[in-house]
This record gives sequence, C-alpha cells and structure tokens, in this order.
Amino acid sequence: MKLIRRASASVVTTLLGSLLLWAIAAPATAQEVTVLCNFEVDWCEALKAAYEKTTGQKAVFIRRTDGESLAQIRAEKSNPRADVVHAAESASAKALAAEGLLEAYKSPMVAELHDWAQRIAEESKYFQTPIYTGVLGFGYNTELLAKNKMPEPKCWKDLINPAYKNEIQMANPGTSGTAFNTVSTILQLMGEDEGFKFLAAMNKNVNQYTRSGTAGIRAAAKGETTIGITFLHDSVAQAAQGYPIKTVAPCEGTGYEIISSAIIKGGPNPQGARKWMDFVLSPAGQNVAITVNKFQIPSNKNAQVHPLAPKPAEVKLIKLDLDKYGSKEGRERLLSRWENEVFKAPK
Amino acid sequence: MRRAISPWLALAWFGFAVLPWNAIGGSGFFAFQWLGQYPSAAASAPALVQLLWHGRLWFLPLLLVLLAPLVFLWRPATHPDSRRRTARALIAIGAAGLAYIAAIALAIDIEGWRWRELATAFGELPRRQQGLGYGALFVAAAMLVLLCHGLALKGWVRGDAFVAGAIGASVALVGLFTLYPLSRLFLHAFLDSAGNLSLTALLARLASSKVWGYDGIVWNTMQLGLMTASAATLLGFCFVLIVTRTQFRARRLLSILSILPMITPPFVIGLALILLFGRSGAMNALLEWSFGLRPTRWIYGLPGVWLAQTLALTPVAYLVLVGIAEGISPALEEAAQTLRASPMRTFGTITLPLMAPGIANAFLIVFIESLADFGNPLLLGGNLEVLSTAIYFAVVGVQQDPGRASVLAVVLAVILLAFSLALFLIQRRLLAGRSYVTVGGKGDGGLRTPLPRSVVAVTAGLALPWAALAVVIYLMIFTGGFFEKWGLNHALTLRHYVTAFGIAVENGRLFWTGGAWSSFSTTLMIALTAAPLTAAFGLTVAYLLDRQRFAGKRAFEFMAMLNFAVPGTVVGIAYILAFNAPPIELAYTGLILVACFVFRDMTTSMRAGLAALSQIDPSLDEASATLRAGTFVTVRRVILPLIRPAVVAALVVSFISAMTSISAVIFLTSPRFDMATVNIVGRAEVGEYGYATAYASVLIVLMVPAVVLIRVLVGTRVLSRRQAPAGG
Repeated sequence: MKLIRRASASVVTTLLGSLLLWAIAAPATAQEVTVLCNFEVDWCEALKAAYEKTTGQKAVFIRRTDGESLAQIRAEKSNPRADVVHAAESASAKALAAEGLLEAYKSPMVAELHDWAQRIAEESKYFQTPIYTGVLGFGYNTELLAKNKMPEPKCWKDLINPAYKNEIQMANPGTSGTAFNTVSTILQLMGEDEGFKFLAAMNKNVNQYTRSGTAGIRAAAKGETTIGITFLHDSVAQAAQGYPIKTVAPCEGTGYEIISSAIIKGGPNPQGARKWMDFVLSPAGQNVAITVNKFQIPSNKNAQVHPLAPKPAEVKLIKLDLDKYGSKEGRERLLSRWENEVFKAPK
Repeated sequence: MRRAISPWLALAWFGFAVLPWNAIGGSGFFAFQWLGQYPSAAASAPALVQLLWHGRLWFLPLLLVLLAPLVFLWRPATHPDSRRRTARALIAIGAAGLAYIAAIALAIDIEGWRWRELATAFGELPRRQQGLGYGALFVAAAMLVLLCHGLALKGWVRGDAFVAGAIGASVALVGLFTLYPLSRLFLHAFLDSAGNLSLTALLARLASSKVWGYDGIVWNTMQLGLMTASAATLLGFCFVLIVTRTQFRARRLLSILSILPMITPPFVIGLALILLFGRSGAMNALLEWSFGLRPTRWIYGLPGVWLAQTLALTPVAYLVLVGIAEGISPALEEAAQTLRASPMRTFGTITLPLMAPGIANAFLIVFIESLADFGNPLLLGGNLEVLSTAIYFAVVGVQQDPGRASVLAVVLAVILLAFSLALFLIQRRLLAGRSYVTVGGKGDGGLRTPLPRSVVAVTAGLALPWAALAVVIYLMIFTGGFFEKWGLNHALTLRHYVTAFGIAVENGRLFWTGGAWSSFSTTLMIALTAAPLTAAFGLTVAYLLDRQRFAGKRAFEFMAMLNFAVPGTVVGIAYILAFNAPPIELAYTGLILVACFVFRDMTTSMRAGLAALSQIDPSLDEASATLRAGTFVTVRRVILPLIRPAVVAALVVSFISAMTSISAVIFLTSPRFDMATVNIVGRAEVGEYGYATAYASVLIVLMVPAVVLIRVLVGTRVLSRRQAPAGG
C-alpha cells in the first residue's frame, strides 16, 4: 500500500515536473518580428495590436528602457534575438551603427517624412530612421506655485531665481538621456562656460537629481516638487491625466531629441523587421500615438498631431548640434565637468 | 560497485547514443518536431550517430571514454587492491569525460570552429551552430557522478558516495550558474578602453574618489546595509518573541502581518510611503494643518530607503528566526529558573545566546539583500548613491561602461567577503566552545518560561507600532486598486480590475481579456518551478556546509552567496553574456529565469538551513548511521523532519521572491516570458497606479494561501515536549 502510494506520488511529481519543463523550455519562434520596445508599455501594446491588424503579421515585444535596450543589444551581439529596436535616441543609434550592430534599411516611407527626419535618416546612411521628435522644457505644479506664492517661470534663466530654492527637479545627466540632452542644450544655448555657471547657480534650487528622465515631472504632478525639467510631451501627459501641471517652452529657445527606429543586424526575422519599419513610419503606425494619449511630434508629414501636443511653430528651437557631445570623449568631458562644477557646487 | 555505477553508465549511454547531442533550435526540444528527421539530420542526431554517420570524428575520444567503464561491468573486481584501482580508473574516466565535453563546448561557437586549425582538421562547420543539448547534459551529469564515486572510493568525505555526489553536483551547478557568468562579466573590470587586459585599468577605476571616501558609494552602501540589517533583525526578533513567547491574542494575525511586506512588489511599498510621508503626503498634510509645519522632503534619501528596506526585509529576518526560537529547548530555561535565575537573567544568558546563530544568519541575509536592493534606492534615494544603483547605471546609463560596472561589482563582492569573514571570525572568537544544540536525541520536556516583563514591554513597544504602520500601508495598497486614480481622484471603480483580470465568454469559449493574465500565469509557473528547486538546493548546500568537511568549503559558501549579493541587473547582463549563444543557450526561455531565481535565492534557503542545523545534535546523525542507515536515508528521515521550519522558510521565501523580484529579471524576460513585476512597473510608469496596485493586491491575496499551503504540505515539526496546561 505504502509502496503504491509512494510510486504514484513519484509518477505524479515526474509528470508535473516534465509538464512545467515543457512549458518553460520553449523559446520564441522565429515567425514573428521581435521588437525591443523602449516606448511606454501602453504604447508598445497598441503598436503591436495595430501592426498585427494592418499587416496580418505577428509581432512580439520586449519592453525595455533606452539604456537597457542598448546594453541588451550589445550583450546579445554574438546571437541577436530581437529584430528591431524601437526606438533609440539618435545619438545612441549612431553609436550602435558605428559598432556594427545595426542593419541599414531605406524604407519607402522615408519620402513621406518631414525634412528634418529625412535629413537625419540620410546622414545616418539609413541605419536609423526618426519616428518622432520631442521638445525640451519644463512643467510646474500650479497649486504648489500659488500656495507658496512663487512667480511663474517662463524662461531658463528664471530657474536660478532664489524663490525656487529646493523646488526644482531634473534628472542626472549620467543616468538619463533626457538630462544629458538638457545639459547639452543649455551649453549650446549659453556657451560652455556660461552654461556650466548657469547650471551651478541652478543647483541651489535643485532638490534632487533623479535617475530617470521623467521622474521629475511625475514628482511635480504628485506635489513632491514644484518644477520638473523634462520633455514637453511628458509634461503635457501629466496634465492630460488630470494633475495640476502647466507646461512651459522656455522663452530663450530650447533643444529637442530625435527618436529613431533601427533594424538590428543578424536578427532572426529581417523581413519582419523591414515590415515593422515601414509600418511605424507610415501614418497608420504613427497615428497609434493619439489613441494612447502621447504628445510627441511624429516624423511622417501625413500623421496626425495630438491637439494638445506642443506646436513646433510656437516653440523657439535653437540650432542644436546633436553630435557635439554625442561622442565618447564628448560625453566624458561633459559629465566630468557637470560632476565637478555643478553637482559638487555649494548649495 | 557494479550496482552503484551501472545506472549512471546507462544514463551516459542514453545521452550519447539516443538523445540529440545539440540543443534543438526553433520551437525547442519539447515541441518534438525534430523527431521527423531523427536520427539522420545532424542537427538532432545523437553524438554516436554524428560520429558514425556524419563522420564527426571529434566524438571518437568521448566514445572511448564511455567504453572504458564497461570493463568494470564485465570483469567484477576480485583482486585485493582492486578497490584502489577502480577508484583511480573512475576518477580518470569521469575527469576525462568532463574535460573533453568542456573542450568540445569551448571549441565550437555559433559561427562554427573557434580556431582555424580545428576547421582544417575536422572539416568546416556551417554557421549557426546550436548549443549543447540534453544528450550532452546527460553524459556530463553521468561523468560527474562517476568522478565523485571514484573520489568516494578513495576515501574522500569518509567514503560516502552520496555526499561526494552531492558536493560534486553542487560545485558544478554553482560553478556553471554563478562563477561562469559572473567571471565573464568581471573580466571587463580588467579591460582598458582599447579592450586589452591591464591591471592599471582596474586600479584606475578603483581609485575614483566617488567610490571611496566619506559620503562615497561604499560608505553609503555600508551605512545603509548595516542600518537596515540591524533594524530588520531587531524587529524580526521582536515579532518572533511576541509570536512564540507571549500569550498575545492577535499573534496569529501578527505572524501573517510580519511576512506580508515580503509578498509585495517592493516599489508598491515605496509608492505607498510617498503617499504617506512624501512632501504632499498624508503625514505632512496633517502636520501642516495641525502645527503649521512646513512640509519637508525627509523621505527622499537615506531615511526613506532605510524605512522601505526595513519594511520589506523584516519578514525575512522573522522567517529565519522563528524556527530557531521554536527549536530552543524549554528544559534549559527551566533549569536556569530552578537555579533561581531571574527571568531577565534566564533571557539574557540562555534564550538570547541560543538564538545567536539565527540572529547572525538573519543579519547577514538582510545585509546582503540590502546591498542588492535596487528598486527602493531608485524610487526614494534622492541623491543617495549606493553600489546597486551605481552598477545599474554603469550598465545602462548615458556612459555605458561595463568595466566600471564590473569594478563596482567586484568592490561589492569584496565587501561581502570581508563582511561574512568578519562575522565568521566573531562567531568563532566569541562563541567558541559553545554549543547551540537544543534538539537532541533525549526526550526533553518543560514549559516555556514567560519572558521578563521588561522584555515584553520593549518588544511590544517596537513591534506593535511597526505592525500598525504595515497595516496602514496594506490598507492603502488594497484600496488603491479601487480608486480611479491613486492620490488624485478617489472615485470608486472596478475598472482597473477589469483591465487587468477581465474574462469574457463568447460563443461558449473563454477569453482571458485582461492585460495581466499572460504575465501572471508565466510568473506563477516560473515561481512554482523555481521554489522547490531553490529550497532543495539551498538546504542541500546547507547540509553539506554544516555536516561535512571538504577542502574549499568556505570558498564554496562565498561563491554560493555571491550571486545573491550582486545586484540583479548585473546578474541579468552576466546571464545574457553567458547563456545567449553556444555552448549553452538558455536566453529567451523560461529556464534562464528559473536558473536565475534558483541560484540567487538559494542563499536564503541555505542560511535558514544553516541556522536550523546548528540546533540539531549531530549525535542524531551518528545514531542513524550506527543503525546502518545511509546518509540519504538519514537526511530524509531524521534531519529533514527536524528542520521543517527551515524548509517552510526556504520554500516561502523562494516562492515569494520569484513572484516579486524585478531587478534580476529585467534583462531576462522575453516576449513569451514576461514577469508580473515588470508588467506592474511598466504600468506604474505611465501613471496607471490603479492597475498596478490592483495587480499587486491580487498577487498578495494569492500568495497568502500559497504560504499557508506550503506550511500544510511540509507539515509542522513535532518535538515531543510537554504542552502548557490549558489556560497556562
């Protein structure tokens, strides 16, 4: 009796064990296109659904942050598992292309893109194609501003006003592409030495250099800080969710980011990768943004722009050299100066 | 001898002649699509067929190695000193087999032969080689066992073949899943910017003032780790005393409450803490309203991280300590009282010292977990930089520098090593010659001595407010899922639960429409697979470390802990580097997640096991051995039933941490294997706090019965002790 019970127990355990093993041992199949998706998760899901509906092809995505995607592509270089990176900052895509990790592809959709996007795609030899651009600025919590009777900030230079002591959050340029973009914008706007002086003065007002680029504006939305420096579309998104946030495009002019999609070299499904690129560059692919309340400025001329999205015509954009601090040496120099002259500056 | 090795030989031959030698690409082994062309196609052919049919001559030496042991089966040893000869032969065969398999693994990478000379000798291999498969696994496992058998025959570990096999297997597994991936990553620490090995590169990275110095990364990390470890161990200890030693009415509830925070994905606690203590949080609003105090941001920085970590890690300390407290024999305390010691003196000289191994182990685990924690410093750290965040951003930040990440990880390893060594030495120096054995072969009886009143007061004073804080936070989390928008719009809704866990029935078919189902079922499956393996492996290692003697024991213990202490993201990257391409391909399967969990979380199981084993009298093992029980039977029939609380703790902790961990799996999730916490964090990022807390609540609610079920399945330890009379 005991023997039977023990035997049946071991049979059941073995069966269950092999069932679990079967379920977890199978890798993904190569029939679908695998996308390293750096967008927010709701956007990724909507894109996948729209892609499958429009093209009749399957897509799967892995949601990562920008930096995680880059690290993953580099780590997987001997045996790439993903087909597309959607999407990386222009400078990062450039670095990946230089390391030989990307595949060039000129989508037929390129002809439909805005001039700035066509220019970037061409300059990169079609190793990347821009999906959207976002404008840099800041947002503030209107309730806290009124409660503490602070003046409305309108320009970059307003941010060094002592009235905002310990009321500003921006990200750390060492950890966040957004903040790196901010610092490089300030330096190009004011000149390198003046720019660092400005940032050091603003340091007195910064209560925390967050690690993620959007953490500052999210903290402002929840009333944890008054001002958050970020991309305008992220600030608008907080307001659209109902938080008391007002978005400001600085009066002196401001910089921007360019976000591109790119095909990973040696991925399992290159055909699918091209199809994905064609789709996300088409108006159908770019209009997905509106359905999930995203406020970036799309690269396709025929794509719809969200009515709340910042209008490029109303924003003073500076002539930004995206590559100036993009190289390895440029990054090192910018970051070490920032560390020594800004982060360690007296409060 | 024949009986002992023949099943393993059969296994080796099965792996060599029947199972596909290489991994199956595409949809994998268990899809059984490869059966169609088996065994003729080289991709799915066993090694023997590859050798004979496809003329892959490099399998010939392996064939010879496998033929050699057959001699033993045909020619049973009768010679007087044949034992030694058999031992030597087995060692040689096992070692040769393992070495040769390793050589094949190294020689063939994804592109074919790694060295041109081999290509000319054996012929070209096409691109896209597959890694090693089940065939290779079986042969390697069998070879390892033969090697260990040989060592045991020579008298290693007192000639115990079971123990030798267990040690061999454990060392091999830890080597493969901890040492190999981490050392591949750590190698980057020695690479300069041109990619050459250089010691100066390492020194230059180490010399950075940001790492050392007052307020540097190391300083912050140590400070936080020590603060958290002290607080969590102290609170866990208080909870244990209340639950096991007082008649406090709600102690059942308290014991559930004390493990709840572990069940929560960590960032949910962080978010709740912000809503409570943040600048616009409830506490500050109250203070401002009542006393006109200006709201501050004290929560961002060391205090906030400390609070969140203590909240999350107290349960771990509790689980390690509770079994120990129950195991303490009341007889000793009764004896002290008979000798007229005051309750305070009994507590101070008997109870407390007897719990020392448990306290030390709990402290060490919490310290390590604090080192590895990355979510809380990220969310609440403010400008505080600790090793885990520094390493993470060296990997994924604006300046991606794996070299810097590895250097920091090496620094972390050194801290861990120094710390565990120090603890070990202190234990030796202070506690030398003392015995913690309280579970012996003699029947002992006795009533639990009531705690001295002052101790009760202090423990209650510490534990109860803490429990109250936990209750508040849990209420916030549970209600959060029902609000339209947590912290902004508190209209009640069921919307978030529908989005996450909706089900629709159409035409009699069931549709899982909720967004959470896929990651939820994957997480459950992975955790269910990982938890028993983790517990079994961790406890086995604990047994080996506590009861056996072998060379390199301390180094092995350190190795086993290292995986746990290195921040998960680093382990994730190391796992991709190691297991993405041949010889071993596990990336994008669930196996890599299971392996990651097993080899990270085994540390907790191991520590719980070590603490529990220190209470069990080794004379029980000896008695069992005298009665001619083998080691395996002794472990199963004597030791396991006596360390049941540790088994429960091991299973619970590993199940829960597999369900809730995030950092380790960031790089290991794949489209088919998405994990719950990754999904939750992604949703919280886009401001969908309702969805995130709804999902977290479901996980919490699900895990409570899981924990209860584990307790029921494992059963409770029965120590024949007198029970307190009713009403006592």
